[in-house]
Amino acid sequence: MSENSKDTAVTTADAAADGDVLLKVTGLQKHFPIKKGLLQRQVGAVHAVDGIDFEVRRGETLGVVGESGCGKSTMGRLITRLLEPTGGKVEFEGKDITHLGVSGMRPMRRDVQMIFQDPYSSLNPRHTIGTIVGAPFRLQGVTPEGGIKKEVQRLLSVVGLNPEHYNRYPHEFSGGQRQRIGIARALALSPKLVVADEPVSALDVSIQAQVVNLLDDLQQELGLTYVIIAHDLSVVRHVSDRIAVMYLGKIVELADRDLLYKSPMHPYTKALMSAVPIPDPRRKSEKSERILLKGDVPSPISPPSGCRFHTRCWKATEICKTTEPPLLELRPGQRVACHHPENFEDQQPQDTVLLSAAKEAAELVSEEVLAESAETSAAVAKAVEEGELAVEEPAAEEPAEDDAPSAEEPAEASEESAEASEESGEPEAPTEAPSKKK
Amino acid sequence: MTELSKSGAAVGEPTSASRPPSAFLEVRDLKVHFPTDDGLVKSVDGLSFQLEKGKTLGIVGESGSGKSVTSLGIMGLHTAGQYGKRKAQISGEIWLDGTELLSADPDHVRKLRGRQMAMIFQDPLSALHPYYTIGQQIVEAYRIHHDVDKKTARRRAVEMLDRVGIPQPDKRVDSYPHEFSGGMRQRAMIAMSLVNNPELLIADEPTTALDVTVQAQILDLIRDLQKEFGSAVIIITHDLGVVAELADDLLVMYGGRCVERGPADKVFYEPRHPYTWGLLGSMPRLDREQQERLIPVKGSPPSLINVPSGCAFNPRCPYADIPKDNVTRTVRPELTEVGSKHWAACHMTREQRERIWAEEIAPKL
Amino acid sequence: MLAYLIRRLFAAAVMLVVIITVVFSIFFIVPKWAGVDIALSFVGKQADPAAVEGVREKLGLGDPVFVQVWEFFKGLFVGRTYSGGGDTINCSAPCFGYSFRSEQAIWPVLKDRFPVTLGLALGAAVLWLILGVAAGVLSALKRGSLWDRGAMVVALAGVSLPIYFTGMLTLAIFVYGPLNWFSSDYVPLADDPAKWFSAMILPWVTLAFLYAAMYARITRATMMEILGEDYIRTARAKGLREGIVIRKHAMRSTMTPILTMLGMDLGALIGGAILTESTFNLPGLGREVLLAIRNQDLPIIVGVTLITSLAVLFANLVVDILYAVIDPRVRLA
Repeated sequence: MSENSKDTAVTTADAAADGDVLLKVTGLQKHFPIKKGLLQRQVGAVHAVDGIDFEVRRGETLGVVGESGCGKSTMGRLITRLLEPTGGKVEFEGKDITHLGVSGMRPMRRDVQMIFQDPYSSLNPRHTIGTIVGAPFRLQGVTPEGGIKKEVQRLLSVVGLNPEHYNRYPHEFSGGQRQRIGIARALALSPKLVVADEPVSALDVSIQAQVVNLLDDLQQELGLTYVIIAHDLSVVRHVSDRIAVMYLGKIVELADRDLLYKSPMHPYTKALMSAVPIPDPRRKSEKSERILLKGDVPSPISPPSGCRFHTRCWKATEICKTTEPPLLELRPGQRVACHHPENFEDQQPQDTVLLSAAKEAAELVSEEVLAESAETSAAVAKAVEEGELAVEEPAAEEPAEDDAPSAEEPAEASEESAEASEESGEPEAPTEAPSKKK
Repeated sequence: MTELSKSGAAVGEPTSASRPPSAFLEVRDLKVHFPTDDGLVKSVDGLSFQLEKGKTLGIVGESGSGKSVTSLGIMGLHTAGQYGKRKAQISGEIWLDGTELLSADPDHVRKLRGRQMAMIFQDPLSALHPYYTIGQQIVEAYRIHHDVDKKTARRRAVEMLDRVGIPQPDKRVDSYPHEFSGGMRQRAMIAMSLVNNPELLIADEPTTALDVTVQAQILDLIRDLQKEFGSAVIIITHDLGVVAELADDLLVMYGGRCVERGPADKVFYEPRHPYTWGLLGSMPRLDREQQERLIPVKGSPPSLINVPSGCAFNPRCPYADIPKDNVTRTVRPELTEVGSKHWAACHMTREQRERIWAEEIAPKL
Repeated sequence: MLAYLIRRLFAAAVMLVVIITVVFSIFFIVPKWAGVDIALSFVGKQADPAAVEGVREKLGLGDPVFVQVWEFFKGLFVGRTYSGGGDTINCSAPCFGYSFRSEQAIWPVLKDRFPVTLGLALGAAVLWLILGVAAGVLSALKRGSLWDRGAMVVALAGVSLPIYFTGMLTLAIFVYGPLNWFSSDYVPLADDPAKWFSAMILPWVTLAFLYAAMYARITRATMMEILGEDYIRTARAKGLREGIVIRKHAMRSTMTPILTMLGMDLGALIGGAILTESTFNLPGLGREVLLAIRNQDLPIIVGVTLITSLAVLFANLVVDILYAVIDPRVRLA
């Protein structure tokens, strides 16, 4: 215990130097070996996560979206260190936790908790709710004020369950209630970071909203930091401050929520968002907005060269095949890894010859979308040429059909960053939490 | 049969048991109950609707609302799939193209299955037999209903795989399901169900197991195929986005009953049932400005063994106390017409609901 | 597919070497550590020291352990020569050594006993597969019915009644009792097929009764699970007749766990159905090994143990191959 508090003392200093960054990930990699043949030699590897960089700021929610196999769940397990990274670095509060062993991770386990997708299989059916929610205390050897039982009952009421259900078993609860139990367990030790892997995707629509609101309330009350991994773009937009879009083990775009949804720069982000069915029958006729992607996500065993999206991208040129685009902050609060971004000036304007794959892909993309993207890119290029400020760009390229007043958007973004910095004004609060427990 | 159809008549249109309906598919007062140790599970408890050829009906509801049970009931798969004593109890009428299926000879219904009516399931990996190639499975589906040799059937299978957009169909026809990606498997499943040009296609959560970009491809495919084949389609889903893409008419199910039914446009823009409001409010939407908070439905879906008396939704309904005399808890509301071809089952008056929708719900969405 | 086969074969070969080493060690080296003199037990209690030494030299019992193992391997695959105490004995491959009691070479004995056991095991297996699988499938299809309950009660009885009980009962009724239908004297198949069959039928039935009961229960459980699978629903949705759904779609999947069991059971039985063979007085491996244990005849025990292991190994290899035939997903692994 004393060791732990020493650690936190040291790391607070580091964290202060790092600003409000709670978790920092650099070049993170996870390759799962594939064994084959007579001697089960390793013949290759699934490049589940293949070099990603991002940071999570104190008090924010980072959403991670992507399709199955993009590595988002593996990423979640890496930053909570349920898996050991193959390469790269994970720093929590300035402390390198990349290769900490089980005992080294123990103190960290209090600060980093995980919520899982399936509320049915993640709770032991033989244990009562009291035992399940109280387990973290026993594992960490912590006795909360007033005893474990009292604390567990408090947690149950925090997540909206009846504290008297302490002695019941998981099967007596519905899916939504079970997810609340999982959340109560994750909150037991007052963690600083909660990583939620598809927290609502197994739940019914009406229950999803309850859990989303609960996560929201808890963040406000307890000052939690979330990493929420999900495939549902609407849910991610609702809960996140910033969003990372993953494709085949890479982050292709990392941006503030509103920037991402209003003017996505990576063609994949754009396609992903246009693919979400809109619950509005009157838009059925406006099929032209939809970008259909060709085929399936390639295998993460042998990901495509250069930009991994080039095999399905309608804008891909020769350079996309050969050179991997770096993740660059093209606009404040929006990082993109693309040679030919949407809604922005072309990064490789000299490279204009489309790949044959791109021509095929373009057949699935309607004329309107192509025209619009060409138009916006040209507009931005012109704006940049004329020396206009980059900050004004979002306004200039507002998609025509979006009924939102475009001027609001940069304002909103700056408001948000202001909020974020306000919250970061109290970095001592979380470090105090462990000492209270004693 | 005759007694059962009486309550079916309460839906709003006069029906008579002996007279075949004019609609291509008409379901009247369908009930599917399963006896269990804990009691009778009333999965579907009095459901009626019609569907014309070339049209798409979306059935929306949460897990346990009875939407999948309805589709299996139409296909006759409750009786075919049951062994032992615990057989499903099915009553009501299902008229498909002038034939009543529940009273028909089971072998006759079997011959209709796969030919006149076909089904696409949620998870194509578990719905395809892991030990047979895609080709073998499509060929089998074709040869049950067509007296052709294997070669002809195989040509037909390749043709269908090509039609649903599987590259190199002549090679992929010999692949096993596990060698396909999720999207490809669902395409193969669609190819299999359409191989006999069915007039009714039931898609039970056809895209739930798929990624969003693949979902877009599959929805597109289903829409194109419907245009081409002119079949009637029932799409069952919990995703309002998916039905909005495809459905002409919408049926919202709750606790084994229909709570609202009408043209998709009406149900989305002038919903007249608090549960439909709840569904719309629970859903974060990409096409709108960011909502501050979602408006969830409180509580959990009902147990189908002890469906709440009166209106099944009453324990979760914020407006349950508006109708007088505790009627929501004692009397089961019938579907009443609230607009042209638009029905809802709620005890509140039409005016009350119109006001609540316009003043309290719609502005928050 | 070919890579899979080669890998399986390779694994089986490695297993074989390991098994031989372990078996040899347990029977020849462990007694030494335990302070039991094998040479002494070979010669007998009242032996003179010179004879004991002779035996020790002849069997190489004084050699280092790895030399002994090597000699044993050599004996199995190319044959070996025992020399010492003045005389030399050539033991051609496969050399399992000589019996401590009869001083006969062991391999001819095993070769003589093996067909009896093989006939018993295979015959019984055919019988229990037909009975067990059929009963299991019927029970699964008519679950909860009188047939299902009856079959499961009989199956429970079959699993719980020991072979010597059912064996004695059938012997009492059909051989010695009022219905004197079958003979109890074993005659090799080559000598008189009819008499062989007559002697084998009761052992088959007795053995099959026990196993059929187990197979019926497994089949019923698996079948019920498979019938709940989505692909069975798909098969019905295509409009297939129920009979074809069961035969073509459900049965193929049900066979997988049954094959696994069959591989193990058959392998174990080929090593000797000790109880059955003793009960019916069949001159098989089981009865032989029982005798050897009583006489502390180590080489015979080693021989039978090796045959058993080999049989299990072989049966599992066959099962692995059948797996790949049935389930295409296995071929990838």
